Amino acid sequence: MSSFQRGQCIQGKWESISRRDFFGVAAAWSAATSMGLALIGLVKFPIPALFPDIARLFKIGKPGDYPVGTEKIFEEKKVVVIRDQEGLYAISLTCTHLGCVVSRQANRFDCPCHGSKFDSIGRVLSGPAPKALPWLKVFQLPDGKLVVNAARSVPTGTKFVVT
Amino acid sequence: MSFRDFLHNLASLPKTFRDSFVRHGRPTTDRTRSQMVMSNVFLHIHSTRIHRYTLRKTFTFGLGIIAAASFFILLVTGVLLMIYYKPSVALAYDSIKDIQFIAPGGRLIRNIHRWATNVMIVSVLFHMARVFYTAAYKETRSFNWLIGIVLFVLTLGLSFTGYLLPWDQLAYWAITIGSNIAASPRELTDLLGITPYFDPGGLMKTLILGSEEIGQEALIRFFWLHCMVLPLALVLFLSAHFWRVRKDGGLSRPDNISPEELEGIEQDEDANSAFDKAPQKTYGLMCLVRGTSPAVGRGPQDTVPSWPTLFVAETALFMLTLAIVCILAYFFNAPLKEIANAAVPENPAKAPWYFLGLQELVSYSAFMGGVGIPSITLLGLALIPYLDREKQSLGHWFDNSQGRYVATASLVYATCVTVAMLVFTVKFGWLRNWFPHISQLVILLINPGTVLVALFAFWSLRYMIKFDSTRIAAIGLFTCFIVSFVILTYFATIHRGPNWGFYWMPSQWPVH
Repeated sequence: MSSFQRGQCIQGKWESISRRDFFGVAAAWSAATSMGLALIGLVKFPIPALFPDIARLFKIGKPGDYPVGTEKIFEEKKVVVIRDQEGLYAISLTCTHLGCVVSRQANRFDCPCHGSKFDSIGRVLSGPAPKALPWLKVFQLPDGKLVVNAARSVPTGTKFVVT
Repeated sequence: MSFRDFLHNLASLPKTFRDSFVRHGRPTTDRTRSQMVMSNVFLHIHSTRIHRYTLRKTFTFGLGIIAAASFFILLVTGVLLMIYYKPSVALAYDSIKDIQFIAPGGRLIRNIHRWATNVMIVSVLFHMARVFYTAAYKETRSFNWLIGIVLFVLTLGLSFTGYLLPWDQLAYWAITIGSNIAASPRELTDLLGITPYFDPGGLMKTLILGSEEIGQEALIRFFWLHCMVLPLALVLFLSAHFWRVRKDGGLSRPDNISPEELEGIEQDEDANSAFDKAPQKTYGLMCLVRGTSPAVGRGPQDTVPSWPTLFVAETALFMLTLAIVCILAYFFNAPLKEIANAAVPENPAKAPWYFLGLQELVSYSAFMGGVGIPSITLLGLALIPYLDREKQSLGHWFDNSQGRYVATASLVYATCVTVAMLVFTVKFGWLRNWFPHISQLVILLINPGTVLVALFAFWSLRYMIKFDSTRIAAIGLFTCFIVSFVILTYFATIHRGPNWGFYWMPSQWPVH
């Protein structure tokens, strides 16, 4: 069997392709296209549709549990909640460099993995960290309980005013 | 009658059975030796005859075979470990402990698996250096160099994925760092402010971990990659790698080999006079044979049958590898720390030693050290045979005195530059320490890693112009990268302690 003959341009004149060859080429390309599209579908398979992680939205108790000057670390959530005169705020303890957990020092946060240092409100002092520790969204439910949303960050300095 | 036949068949069973799969006589003549290789699916990946130059010990040091042998040892011990290993967050750590402390011979098997990994990584690196410095990547062998690069990446991938499986602190925090390196293109997309729309780093990380944190999904994916996908891929590419060695005319060798270079290597007297006996032989088939076939235009001079010489050499190297690995495994246990704890990072959290050079670069900029520079390096390695196409004599270490000079000079230069850079950063810090509010973009572009790469590129370019040779430039650049890699790896292994601080010795680390 001869190989597929495509339309050829000979001396400025197009040789038409035979019907049989046209259908052959069309079939080959259809097969290739459908295989390609199926492959795209397969590649999407390993992208997780839901995350089986610990909840990023969690209750931290009532404002009364946080008198001025309180500082509470939620180890499992990797979040520190701090209450000062102006209000209450939550800072992520996950280093912005490569995801290690920073440890609380006197007036700093230190990352053990590559030595990044952050000041007491999370701004980078030194080390390879590309940006400040994110401040997290804090809000209050109608029943008065406070909630931290670790999936939403807010600009540094945004404090939840306790009423 | 048939009963007698039956008895006769029964009596001759050993012979007929053997003849059914070995269809030629004993390998005593050249002909049967060739058949021995050709008619065996596993052996025929070798050519039937090899050049004597191939057997020079100081030419290859047997590095490729040692790498392949350690991979074979890893396959066998890995399959054994899978009997007890359970890829579940709740059970993985305990099952490794069972293997280490309870299963008969388990400690030795796990230790061998661990040590064979180290031997494989070292021999793969040295093998690459050998192929580079003897110019064996040139001409028809360029594609095989590319397959070699793929094998190198697969080797590192295998060791990286295997690192998480014990589910101890070492594993957990090394993979935390590793998976966040995969997410580090965010450093760049954040700067451009396009992360919410285009986040290749985040996609990479979720693909590796199956989640945003290291947990059951990550463990099962690493297990799947380590025990299924990557070994399969490695076997496929390894077969192609071996096969191409044969198709490209055996190992590279010089055009003119002096008799001294072949001294002491077994020879086949008949081979040298084969053409004298049949001078009228025609070579009609030659138009179908590639030009690099060892037989084209030449007789089988200075070749010997693969069986038994080559196989004896290969078996000896395999035994040597096994012996080294077993001795190491007997005396040194594979590490196993406390069970993984997501709340308390290991301090210092170090990756396996062969990634520590990169980890040192990562401690300046996550994206550049973890993604940028490794990508540039791999791309550069892959393109070597396509950018350096100079015709030259193959098969000599460093080619000639000029190559030796350039390699030595580059060794000295790269050592000085790398050590100076490390001393400088340890003593004075880097941009962020002097200008706390500097833009991350500046650090991304100008950090010790990129400065080193620029200095090496400049050095190599200078050679290219001075000697008017791409090969010389390649030797300079390759040497600089290798030397720098070794120094960075050593530095991060020995001199980096808690909080990635500088310490002269691990014994000086503060107790915590």
